[in-house]
Amino acid sequence: MKRIDHPDVTHGTVGEGLAQRGISRREFLEFCAAVTAMLALPPAMAGMVAESISRAKRQSVIWLSFQECTGCTESFTRSHSPTLENLIFDLISLDYHHTLQAASAEAAEHARLQSMKDNEGKYLLVVDGSIPMGNPGFSTIAGISNHDMLVETAKGAAAIVAVGTCAAFGGLPKADPNPTGAVSVGDIIKDKPIINVPGCPPIPVVMTGVLVHFLTFGSIPELDDLGRPKSFYGETIHDRCYRRPFYDQGKFAETFDDEGARKGWCLFKLGCKGPVTYNACATTKWNDGTSFPIQSGHGCIGCSESNFWDAGPLYKALSMPVSASSAMMGAAAAAGVATGVAITWHNRSTKASAKAAHEQVTTKDLVREKP
Amino acid sequence: MSHLDLLTFARGSALNWALMIFVAGVVLRLFEILGLGRKADLAKPRTDSPGSGWRTIFTRSLPAEGMLKRDPVTYIGGYVFHLGLLLTIFFSAAHIEFFHGMLGLSWPSLPSALIDTSVVAAMIALVMLLAHRLSNPVKRSLSGFGDYLAWTLTLLPLLTGYLAYHHLLFEYTLMLALHLFSVELLLVMLPFTKLFHTFSVFISRWYNGDIFGRKGTAS
Repeated sequence: MKRIDHPDVTHGTVGEGLAQRGISRREFLEFCAAVTAMLALPPAMAGMVAESISRAKRQSVIWLSFQECTGCTESFTRSHSPTLENLIFDLISLDYHHTLQAASAEAAEHARLQSMKDNEGKYLLVVDGSIPMGNPGFSTIAGISNHDMLVETAKGAAAIVAVGTCAAFGGLPKADPNPTGAVSVGDIIKDKPIINVPGCPPIPVVMTGVLVHFLTFGSIPELDDLGRPKSFYGETIHDRCYRRPFYDQGKFAETFDDEGARKGWCLFKLGCKGPVTYNACATTKWNDGTSFPIQSGHGCIGCSESNFWDAGPLYKALSMPVSASSAMMGAAAAAGVATGVAITWHNRSTKASAKAAHEQVTTKDLVREKP
Repeated sequence: MSHLDLLTFARGSALNWALMIFVAGVVLRLFEILGLGRKADLAKPRTDSPGSGWRTIFTRSLPAEGMLKRDPVTYIGGYVFHLGLLLTIFFSAAHIEFFHGMLGLSWPSLPSALIDTSVVAAMIALVMLLAHRLSNPVKRSLSGFGDYLAWTLTLLPLLTGYLAYHHLLFEYTLMLALHLFSVELLLVMLPFTKLFHTFSVFISRWYNGDIFGRKGTAS
């Protein structure tokens, strides 16, 4: 890669790394302006963001992978390279990551312990995957259970980023009947700031945004009640969807290959979970802003929400019952008939016994009231 | 429990139970009412008003002569409310999907803006009717707990649906769950409150029309 000498960059900083990689000041400022906008910060702060990132030391990051599919890592490393987002990732000091590190076995674990020692209280802990509580043996690394490794590594972390729906909420492993007893990072660690970056996988730029925020302000961004950065998870897919006008007009695709589907109408009837899913897919999109699931003709499955896997069938409209069946209604009607017959029988027998007990009243029964 | 979990419960077990109680309740009440029976009418029926029962079903939907002027709030409010509610329940796209899921039947929906107008009109009518009920001495003394209960049970689904659609008060997913819970409350209570008129109104109108027809005093 082309090397550019910048006289005004400090040794060992992100700014130096960027300069070495041939990133011009203009490109870097454009990136900072974009991230500032995505973080919903005032535009005037772009300069401050740029300054802070340039001067920041390479942030030490320890990345732990538990019950996961590596999709999150794939998303971050291969989504749209080579871009500045990726380079920012290159410029963190990723001290430990199973999939990406060259070291293995003892050397790998040594790297983690060394980094924990060297950067005590300062390193960022990134976790992808859920933690099995059913049996420690379900998932181990170097003979250490996921639970123990998380607790040990979290102790000295400045903050934790739970990447992907598995780490943030338990995700797919936690889906009913949850055979491994999977839990999220937040279920175990209670005394550290945790940023949830859910999604299956999450949008890479969200991760970059969180990182930039951390490098700029030394703190975590504002979070919603599920621990997600509000700037990215503040609005639903449905509210930001370019197909939203069709929903309002009542124009829906009824099947995946009908005229409505070809015309790009709303996918609500095909089970789109956009209305209850908070994520930035509809605005930032994927693959360098190319598209997102709804744009490619498939409804949102709600992957950035907790327990989305158990939130009803993926292809049933949100307003459809999850499990009510005509058999249930039939049984209810039968129960209604049976009770109705019993009540009718009771009413009729009451009537009949009243009739039987009826006594003829004559004038002889009348008693004159005493004045 | 996250808001989505709450919504899943509202769409799942809670809805199943509410629907089952509703169906069982409606069947039971119909049996109860129809099972009471009537004594045989031994008098020879008058023949000057054939089909009086069926006709009354429709004519009772119209105000009697002069009544519209005497009590416009009750009539107009009643029309606006019932029409608004009917359009909202049966012609919102999301609601049609519910019926589609339950019955396998589907029909065209109305645009959201129109449904929104219907909901607002129905809610305004409900509030006006309540105000009238409270301010009119005759209506007030005729009203009891059951009337106010029915009013509340009907308003809640309209209100929560409106708030959810417009992202007001609570976050959408939570509001949608509350909307479903309010509907479920309505479903469970409907067979056992004055709201059962949804099912009994036309039956009783037919009976009244028919019996009066037989007696020669058809409306």
